[in-house]
Amino acid sequence: MKFGVITFPGSNCDQDLIYALEKTGGRPVAQLWHKDHDLQGCDMVFCPGGFSYGDYLRSGAIARFSPIMQEVIAFARKGGYVMGICNGFQIITEAGLLEGALLHNNTQKFICKNVYLRTETSNSLITQNIAKGEVLQVPIAHGEGNYFCSDDTLKQLQDEDRILFRYCDKDGEIGNGANPNGSLDNIAGITNKGRNVFGMMPHPERAWHKELNNEDGKKLFESILNTVLA
Amino acid sequence: MENNQLTTVETAQKLGIQPQEFEMIKGALGRVPNFTELCAYSGMWSEHCSYKNSIKWLKTLPKDGPHMLAKAGEENAGLVAIGDGLACAFKIESHNHPSAIEPYQGAATGVGGINRDIFTMGARPIAQLNSLRFGDIRSKRTKWIMAGVVKGIGNYGNAFGIPTVAGEVFFDEAFEQNPLVNAMSVGIVREGETISATSYGEGNPVYIVGSATGKDGVGGAAFASGDLTEDSAKDLPAVQVGDPFQEKLLLEATLEVIASGAVVGMQDMGAAGIICSTAEMSAKGEHGMIIHLDKVPTRQAGMQPYELLLSESQERMLVVVKKGQEAIIEKIFEKWDLPCADIGSVTTDGQLKFYFHGELVADLPAENLVLGGGAPQYEREYKEPAYYAESLKFDPSKISQPIDYKAVAEFLISHPNIASKRWVYQQYDSMVGTVNMSTNRPGDAAIVNLKDSNKALAVTVDCNSRYVQADPEKGTMIAVSEAARNIVCSGGEPSAITNCLNFGNPYNPEAYWQFVGAIKGMSAACVKFQTPVTGGNVSFYNQSKIGDRTVPVFPTPTIGMLGIVQDKKFQTGLAFEQEGDLIYLAGEITNDINSSEYLYSFVGEKNTPAPYFDLDKEYELHGAVKKAIQSGLVRNAHDVADGGLICALLESSFPKNLGFNIDSAEGIRKDAFLFGEGQGRVVFGVEPANKAAFEKVFADAGIPLRKIGTVAKGVTVDTGSWTEDVSTFEKRYNTSIEDLLLQEA
Repeated sequence: MKFGVITFPGSNCDQDLIYALEKTGGRPVAQLWHKDHDLQGCDMVFCPGGFSYGDYLRSGAIARFSPIMQEVIAFARKGGYVMGICNGFQIITEAGLLEGALLHNNTQKFICKNVYLRTETSNSLITQNIAKGEVLQVPIAHGEGNYFCSDDTLKQLQDEDRILFRYCDKDGEIGNGANPNGSLDNIAGITNKGRNVFGMMPHPERAWHKELNNEDGKKLFESILNTVLA
Repeated sequence: MENNQLTTVETAQKLGIQPQEFEMIKGALGRVPNFTELCAYSGMWSEHCSYKNSIKWLKTLPKDGPHMLAKAGEENAGLVAIGDGLACAFKIESHNHPSAIEPYQGAATGVGGINRDIFTMGARPIAQLNSLRFGDIRSKRTKWIMAGVVKGIGNYGNAFGIPTVAGEVFFDEAFEQNPLVNAMSVGIVREGETISATSYGEGNPVYIVGSATGKDGVGGAAFASGDLTEDSAKDLPAVQVGDPFQEKLLLEATLEVIASGAVVGMQDMGAAGIICSTAEMSAKGEHGMIIHLDKVPTRQAGMQPYELLLSESQERMLVVVKKGQEAIIEKIFEKWDLPCADIGSVTTDGQLKFYFHGELVADLPAENLVLGGGAPQYEREYKEPAYYAESLKFDPSKISQPIDYKAVAEFLISHPNIASKRWVYQQYDSMVGTVNMSTNRPGDAAIVNLKDSNKALAVTVDCNSRYVQADPEKGTMIAVSEAARNIVCSGGEPSAITNCLNFGNPYNPEAYWQFVGAIKGMSAACVKFQTPVTGGNVSFYNQSKIGDRTVPVFPTPTIGMLGIVQDKKFQTGLAFEQEGDLIYLAGEITNDINSSEYLYSFVGEKNTPAPYFDLDKEYELHGAVKKAIQSGLVRNAHDVADGGLICALLESSFPKNLGFNIDSAEGIRKDAFLFGEGQGRVVFGVEPANKAAFEKVFADAGIPLRKIGTVAKGVTVDTGSWTEDVSTFEKRYNTSIEDLLLQEA
């Protein structure tokens, strides 16, 4: 399986993600450029964190129109694996690959800190190596991470087991106190109906190495790698 | 006034040029300058660009060190070899005056400017730090300034995509009108792959790249070179407006252009914009330039030549390109969708000739404009202020001991100068780049990973403004020492410093006395620690009106120190790790409460000398700490600083919810033991098995070492004379600033 990471103008987590994927996967990762129409034969495409095109309008609102995203949208519709982290989650949501929207944090401030995530399902490419209910510590860093969707959509996400992670406390309890940004139902990450598109606000690539003194995020990458290398 | 009209001494004075300086200009040109030319001088000979009132003393600072690749004043930032073929460029700069009148943009553009100083040399920024001073946290004005400054730093730095890894925040009414906003950037480059801020090679084209030029920031350098007054808000157009997205693109494009080999020299445009970059690059390369100002891409129509010369529009660079290789750089800037315009060429005569629609509007000798060339240099008078002699009369025996020590501990741990700054730093992306090794292992300095190497950087910014106010010379020695102590305690070795010198009006002899004392103290400490001064900046004219008196801010020579962690296994955190570990206090235990937060804020005694400090003993202590850490004998280390021993112990308790059971030393004041801020002390947690070996390191070095207790579940002091849960203190520590910000003024 070949991984690719897109660089939009203003992406700033692209190199972090490439580094994490290359070091855990042991093979080069393709660097995809926003102006291109070429996915370089990748089997899984990542939209990284950062501030695509400055995000002065609304996070991800411009990036969805970039040339490369037209290919990503078509690729995802055909069942290709796509994952968006932070700004990448905002972009693929703007592109309609995932339901809902990411509003300004209810604190009206950018927040960067460690949070706890409860794994809500093992039934996805990125969580299949993680037990349902397992608590991971992974950092967030965003100003617009407040997940919102309609009641119907929320019910579908719940009924179809499409919520991947929810914000919780260190004991796995879900509550307002553990919700850093006002996200509906404490949602931190979701997948689509086809279970081939994944979006999450927290940054697993910031928690995957012993030098960072936190390796919880590595479990996501290992989940992906276990499948593709099997 | 018409651009080409000849000027008078009155016009010069309006532009901030003194009569004798006007005479110097006429002498250098052999004629009367026109308005455009005089404007160029007003920017270049402003305090901000020329360092005219500080350079004589700055030259006395130690600049040499075995690892120096570019010394102070040679490039946009200092450059230090860090081994493995890598070099580190780092620098700190102030943006105080803009932040006082427009906190958000003032602080944001401060972050932008300092990062450009780093990447214009070819180094990729990997970490940012900042040092902030605000007024009383309860005042409306401080809340407005603080909210804007923090949001400005955050929004710019977060989008630019470089982690903010460390900083300091200090509150005192001395900063009520005039906050201090000092931003530091640290970058990495392979040795030999840097680019210089120079210009040479007749006929080489000169490009302006990055954002288009607007009228923002016209006269910013002159604005920053005058007193901040109640009328300063009128100078709002002198504040620039930042665009971090453009800066991110400019970073990537700049590093690509440098790697292409097509560049002769490059300088970012900060203070005094085009005139400063053309003059400094030409003077350094001993060449001249012809510049067509009408070719500069602009944001608005009708800009006059003097505005084009002085505009401080952000996210711009001046690039001298090797003739024939223009297409290479044009292609790179096109890739990043950035404007890139050929505006002139290099000449050999040393003159800067600025044309506007074919007409010569300014003709100036580059050398005469710049620091080290023709710019004036002054010696200023200085005089010891009366408060200093008064402070030395302080008699601590008149201060009675508190009745309730626990209440003092609670007061200190929730004081805004000591309490957690999480309200501030959680608005900064501290983890982008995945190099911050301190996120999950906090220590006295931030440890920045050098990926795929054994090494890491240790970085810190430090200055206790109150100590410098009390005694500028000793206070500045303490600032350097605390920075070095922080680096040593976290497992590093001090390498070099950058400084940001924030003082009052240099024409006020008492303010200048503080400046001179600070320079002397910095020199002494930097020589001792072998940490040369690689550069930085001077910000004069910082003052606040308190009641009907105008007083300088507390003098604040902020020290940004770079250290090297030779092996990542030496990284040492400050947190207690294991119940039952032995707690040691190394260093002199003294009867000192001078200038402590306890004495200043709790007791209310404002004018007292700087705390106990001994430079030689400090240096010896660092050697022993380093040895103990590198021998693997230390579980955790934390220096004793603001709030004294009790706050150091509490700060070590919070991360892992582990407390301490300690007893005070006999024979000294209990308040001095617990709350005094005598310098040169470090608290350690040591595994019982390492007891003998650890004690031997300090015995061999002749450094006082006292076992004061053990790591425990809760907090117990003096055999149970008072106890408390760690979490009770932690809650106050974490929420104090948030609570104070919510309170009505």
